[in-house]
Amino acid sequence: MLETRNLTKFFGDLAALKEVSFGITRGQSAFLYGPNGAGKTTLLRMLASLARPSSGQVLFDGRDIERDGTKAKAAIGFVSHTTFLYGELTVRENLKFFGSLFGLSGLEKKIDAALEMFDMRERSAVFARDLSRGLQQRTSLARAFLHDPDFVLLDEPFTGLDTQSVKKLEELLRRLPQQGKALLFSTHDFEQGAALAERLIALKAGRVRYNGRLAAAPFESLGIVRAAGPKADG
Amino acid sequence: MASLKIIWNIFAKDLRVEWRNRETLASMCVFGLLIIFLFNFAFEGAREETLRLLPAVLWVAIAFAGVLGFNRSFASERENACLEGMTLAPVDPSLIFLGKMLANLLFLGVAEVVMVFAASLWYNFSFLPALGQLVLIAFFGTLGYAALGTIFGAIAANTRMREVMLTVLQFPIAFWILMLSIDSTADALRGNPSGDWWSGIARVAGISLVFTIASFLLFEYVLEE
Amino acid sequence: MKKKFPISLHAALTLAGLAIALYMIFLYAPEEMTMGEVQRIFYIHVPSAWTALLGFLIIFCSSIAYLWKRSQFADELAQATAEVGFIFCTCVLVTGPLWAKPAWGIWWTWDARLTLTFLLWLLYVAYLMLRNYLINPGRAANLCAVVGVIGFVDVIIDYMAIRWWRTQHPQPVIGGGPGSGLDPRMATTLLVSWIAFVFLFFLLVRIRLGIAQMRRELGDIRHILAFRASED
Repeated sequence: MLETRNLTKFFGDLAALKEVSFGITRGQSAFLYGPNGAGKTTLLRMLASLARPSSGQVLFDGRDIERDGTKAKAAIGFVSHTTFLYGELTVRENLKFFGSLFGLSGLEKKIDAALEMFDMRERSAVFARDLSRGLQQRTSLARAFLHDPDFVLLDEPFTGLDTQSVKKLEELLRRLPQQGKALLFSTHDFEQGAALAERLIALKAGRVRYNGRLAAAPFESLGIVRAAGPKADG
Repeated sequence: MASLKIIWNIFAKDLRVEWRNRETLASMCVFGLLIIFLFNFAFEGAREETLRLLPAVLWVAIAFAGVLGFNRSFASERENACLEGMTLAPVDPSLIFLGKMLANLLFLGVAEVVMVFAASLWYNFSFLPALGQLVLIAFFGTLGYAALGTIFGAIAANTRMREVMLTVLQFPIAFWILMLSIDSTADALRGNPSGDWWSGIARVAGISLVFTIASFLLFEYVLEE
Repeated sequence: MKKKFPISLHAALTLAGLAIALYMIFLYAPEEMTMGEVQRIFYIHVPSAWTALLGFLIIFCSSIAYLWKRSQFADELAQATAEVGFIFCTCVLVTGPLWAKPAWGIWWTWDARLTLTFLLWLLYVAYLMLRNYLINPGRAANLCAVVGVIGFVDVIIDYMAIRWWRTQHPQPVIGGGPGSGLDPRMATTLLVSWIAFVFLFFLLVRIRLGIAQMRRELGDIRHILAFRASED
């Protein structure tokens, strides 16, 4: 289980996160929803151990990741606005490098599988700097799934993707809970999130306003206006 | 060992990135050559004067070319926050340090070969008699210098005036690595008048190792958010 | 520490110490044979150098303490000491030429003390620049602590290397070598002056530390306000 306890983060005088406490276990899917500046990116980054808390803790299977984050890092796949890709390396070389950092065996096969997942096989020899934003996003996603993480953390993963890629990604994300993985992602599109996740975590001004089953969420008081009823399909 | 593989992978990655750009090594060589050329032109003189100036000129050129290289080494990581990306993996930060340091060491080493070659041409000076000694001095001197350059490069990457910050940190602290290297090089080129050929190397090696170990141990704190 | 040794008492003692030192420097210590009155700068020049060195030692210890215990106090102490130590270090570099020119006819020489102080000064500058030019001030503590540790390692190496270098390339020493005998009255004056300087140093560090701590408290209050803001 990946959880936070009273997680607070200050950037100077700005309180980006205020005593956020929640957890997600393998097999669950949740989506983070909130306006710009609500703290979604900060929260995801802290779960991925890219930022330290000002106070509070992030725990992975009961252990504080600040003290020992090795197990957490090996089990988390993270995608954000920054791609973490080397422009001078090809798609395959980028994946090979990151895979080697995780100490993966059978790396070539895993790279092929990840490229296949995101339709990047034909472009595996293209330099990352020559890719469009959408293709870089797909490469970034491939990188995140390379080590078969138990917890998938995605910060607005659909940005820049064309309709077909969006569909493919949605299918992939929908399967994750069945595979025993946890999915936590942030999105601006409420309906899209609602179609993919069973849980909603509503964030506003750094605080958790709602954390629970999507169907039971008090949409009105959260300020969420839904289109005509929840969508049945994706 | 898994750690050695990771160090090698990071080292190889830096080389591959540089190979695609070919900017860093070229600029280091050009910069170093310009400095040597400047001094050669300004101080044309007899052999005795050459012996006095050459070691200092060489190491000054190495020092500045090195700083140029260290800056670029971290510039390539900055574009897509790649350094941060590396910390996503369960990798010991010290391994990242060693990988990048070895790459910096190699680039500076190659630049040094180019500079020494040009210097021997322009100064009509042969380095061959003292070659063994010079290689040892250059290796240890560059090792300590590159170690400091790597950790300070990582630190300076967090500041507003990156290149200046790196230089301001690097020169005062690497000062004695440079001074002792110059001194030993001068001694070696003169044919070791005091008859003692290894204590100069030992001094440079000693200081370099102290700084290399210190940088290695402290690097993890530099990467921590 | 505040209760046992209030800052007002500290300030009073410092003032008294400085007054006594001044008296001794100008009226008690005898005039030097060759250099005349200008030699009296020695009583400010040397203690400043010692204090600057002491300052960096404190920075080193605080840096280690910070990296080990994540103590905010250690970080603030390092920051305060860096600023005050920098002033004392600059003082050495200013009094040096002021003394050297009338006494020996040269503005500067790379003797052991001046070389060490100059290198120390460069380290202070680097440390202070790093503190002030960071894009994300939240990283200041970590990065400055690393520089503090490496910097002090460098100071030790400076000390040893300069001594070795001077055996290879001897140079005139400002103020005489370590063995040049000091008249007992001069020695006493130097000691008193040194004690007064140390008191002054710690007084300034305490004041600066107080400011840093007030800033932190202010920041904490702002944090609480930011917390309460936009509660709906």
